[in-house]
Amino acid sequence: MPRPGFVLDVDRSTPPTLFWHGERFRLEQLPADRSRIVYPPEPLPAIEHLDHAIRDALLNPIGSDPLPARLFAGMKLTIAFDDASLSLPKMRRPDTRQRMVEAVLDMAAAAGVDDVHIIAALGLHRRMHDYELRHVLGDRVFDAFAPRGLLYQHDAEDPDGLMVIGTTDHGEVVEINRRAAESDLIVYLNVNQSPMDGGWKSITTGLASYRCLSFHHNPETLQHTRSLVDRHRSALHKSVWRMGEVLRRDGPPIFQVETSLNTDTFPSSFAFLSKREWEWSARDRAKYLATAASLERTPTRLARRIFHSIEAPYRTTSVQAGDTEAVHEITLEHVYRQQVVEVEGQTDILTMGIPFISPYNPESIMNPILVMCMGLGYLFNMYRNKPLVREGGVVIMTHPTYREFHPVHHPSYIDFFDEVLADTTDPAEMSTRWETKYAEDEWYRHLYRTSNAYHGVHPFYAWYWGAHGQQHCGRVIIVGGDAPTVRRLGFTPASSMNDAFEIASDVVGASPTITHLHVPAMLVADVT
Amino acid sequence: MKALQIRRKVARLGAARMVAGVSGAAAARLGPLEYRTIDPPALPGPGWQRVTTALAGICGSDLSVVHGHASTYFEDWVSFPFVPGHEVVGTLDDGTRVVLEPVLGHCARGFAPPFEGAAPGDGDDYAHLVTAGREMELEPGIQIGFCESTGGGWSPQFVAHESQLHRVPDAVSDEQAVLIEPLAGGIHAALKTLTVTERARAAGAQPIVAVLGAGTMGLAAIAGLSRYVPDARIVVGARYGHQRRLAAELGAEVVVAPDDLLRAVRRLSGGHMIGGSLSSGAHATIDAVGTSASISASLAMTRPRGRVVVLGMPADVSLDLTGLWHRETELVGAYTYGTETLADHTTTTTFALAIETAAAIGAERLLSATYRLDDHVQALRHAAEAGRRGAVKIAFDLRRDPGQTTKGDR
Repeated sequence: MPRPGFVLDVDRSTPPTLFWHGERFRLEQLPADRSRIVYPPEPLPAIEHLDHAIRDALLNPIGSDPLPARLFAGMKLTIAFDDASLSLPKMRRPDTRQRMVEAVLDMAAAAGVDDVHIIAALGLHRRMHDYELRHVLGDRVFDAFAPRGLLYQHDAEDPDGLMVIGTTDHGEVVEINRRAAESDLIVYLNVNQSPMDGGWKSITTGLASYRCLSFHHNPETLQHTRSLVDRHRSALHKSVWRMGEVLRRDGPPIFQVETSLNTDTFPSSFAFLSKREWEWSARDRAKYLATAASLERTPTRLARRIFHSIEAPYRTTSVQAGDTEAVHEITLEHVYRQQVVEVEGQTDILTMGIPFISPYNPESIMNPILVMCMGLGYLFNMYRNKPLVREGGVVIMTHPTYREFHPVHHPSYIDFFDEVLADTTDPAEMSTRWETKYAEDEWYRHLYRTSNAYHGVHPFYAWYWGAHGQQHCGRVIIVGGDAPTVRRLGFTPASSMNDAFEIASDVVGASPTITHLHVPAMLVADVT
Repeated sequence: MKALQIRRKVARLGAARMVAGVSGAAAARLGPLEYRTIDPPALPGPGWQRVTTALAGICGSDLSVVHGHASTYFEDWVSFPFVPGHEVVGTLDDGTRVVLEPVLGHCARGFAPPFEGAAPGDGDDYAHLVTAGREMELEPGIQIGFCESTGGGWSPQFVAHESQLHRVPDAVSDEQAVLIEPLAGGIHAALKTLTVTERARAAGAQPIVAVLGAGTMGLAAIAGLSRYVPDARIVVGARYGHQRRLAAELGAEVVVAPDDLLRAVRRLSGGHMIGGSLSSGAHATIDAVGTSASISASLAMTRPRGRVVVLGMPADVSLDLTGLWHRETELVGAYTYGTETLADHTTTTTFALAIETAAAIGAERLLSATYRLDDHVQALRHAAEAGRRGAVKIAFDLRRDPGQTTKGDR
């Protein structure tokens, strides 16, 4: 029986705590008697016969006729799926999306549907490489559809490939992929690793235009999102749900398939990463020491390649299909069941190790903007009710924060760092002064549409993602980062954790209380 | 008098070239430069005057000679032995403070000027640089500081023709005046962009001018662009922090590290990056470095039918000129100064502009350190390492130099 999440109060007998440090690790001794560590729940048991469960969900959907009943010869069927930003790390083959798409295609074939398009719902993310598409969908689907142009990637900048569905009562324009909009049915295939994903966000982000996305991906919305994993207190999700109403009323029929994953994140060679340090066996300690020592001697590029080659043993804990909202509510129950940890009260300081990966750098470099996004966006937002750190408190991250960018994947990030962050780190100011220039830059647009680059505006969205955390915290400190780069982010560099605590004392006093978020795996802290 | 003198000694040139990359000080010690007692130069003819040096700057071209890197091109245009030093402020025998326009023009060499009111640098035939007219006894030399007959600023005294001397206004200090010559060079380069920048303005665009390098010459070019090229958006690649600060203070809109300049230009100009080049780019680029890499980078960031002005003195460079051919880029040199036509179509001389610029920008802030002449090894080392030591211009200060005790030699 997997154990639930756990909050450990650090005392003098607590061993040093593992922190991610990009492509390396650190062991830090947190101060006794005023520190605590939040550990995620252990992985829940998985569905034993996933193919059967998928088929069952398609045949017995929630709030919808069974999928076969919604398929007919001569129809236009569009299957959309979450892109390479999920899962993290990528899951072992066969990916759950492969299993789902194969099941849907079987039913479509049985119904005589021959107009089928499969679209990667990547929003403004980079186009997936062919090997990534093969990984996610499997060779059989790729080989059958890609060569005929029937498997392709959403293009949020294709003037002929977008269609306005309508406008919300807040004036938000719902503009999505034209093929999807004109289909007789969209089947959306979701892999849910975080409560922030899925539901109406799948289509209003993954298949949306820049114009449509800009209504909910902006500083105003993200500064009023409390938090990203609590959709009822998220201005972003409220906007998305308003758009969902428009889709429901005026858009194409949608059949949503959602799955939840457990937290079995690392293969056995890295199993110590998922364990609680005081439970490390002699074998775990030896593996840690060998891995850490080896990584210290390994060039960063090679270490990065090693980490990105990890395939997670994630397993699926639920599959549900049918009506988008009804399905999503059940998905959330499963995700919360896996990820929620009860935590009592806030502390003065929140510490977090920033790993080598975020949703925006699969197979790529964790550049400085993504460090901010991962820390103040994703990890800070992993709470319900109230943040783990008090308002005006301090966030301490560990990451090398090198000034390094992937020139193919993140071209506009480079200019964003050099130009925009040199001007301001304030999301509202950068939105007013710079966003349009980047969003409409022809070169970025060209690279997004034809190469493997994130959209020109994407570094803004990554930055906005941390807007709430940025606003909430009195200071952000990065331990072990390149000092000029850390300062460019508006943060304070520290050479060691003790230095960071010393610097933090200006804000939170000499004996602050501390919470350490032990991630990954993913968790949701239910802070009372 | 005690002076620094360059003598043509092949072995010492070779030694300097070998060690210059490792140690500027060693190159100064082992190279062709010697601190020795020499006779003050005689007046070569009518119109020539004796100048007592106050401050004399160390230029990149001086360093290339001291380090044995000067192009063989110059071998027939200079005469040995010579006293270097062409960035000079000094006094005439009557006490008038003057700054030197070092080019040995037609008048200085006893020839009629190429046109009425020509400046020393004007003309389209350089034969006069290696010959002399009647009544003139003058060895070859492109400038004072590279001519055996005239001496140069790295000595207590030298001679100059009245056509080369500009009175320094009282409001301009010696420390500002010693920067006038390099400022003139930078302003001349800046004005060489006018052809394309005015074309851009006529088309309704705000011209973009990139400057690669922010040593003395790059900063001088920025000052020139800022003051005399209307509406120029100046984007600069500068290696060191103090250079970036000065570039911004002198009028650069964007200042970045040299490796980031291509992207910074693209951010202003729009367009695509295609391979290592921009599809569009700066209307003009001033290369104040003058190496293969810097000229290649300049070509890559300049838009088709734009202009690259090579201000930094190049020697042997290796370039792939396919892009120049394809983009129909103009590649022009900017050696010195002369008569200039400004954007409003009026004409003046570069030195007149430089004198007013020296005061207007507070050019003394570019003068980082001065040395006595007998401390030349450290001075030349400092000049060779100026960028990484946080310096811009290094000069010799002869106002209290022991060399001055030989004034009686006059």
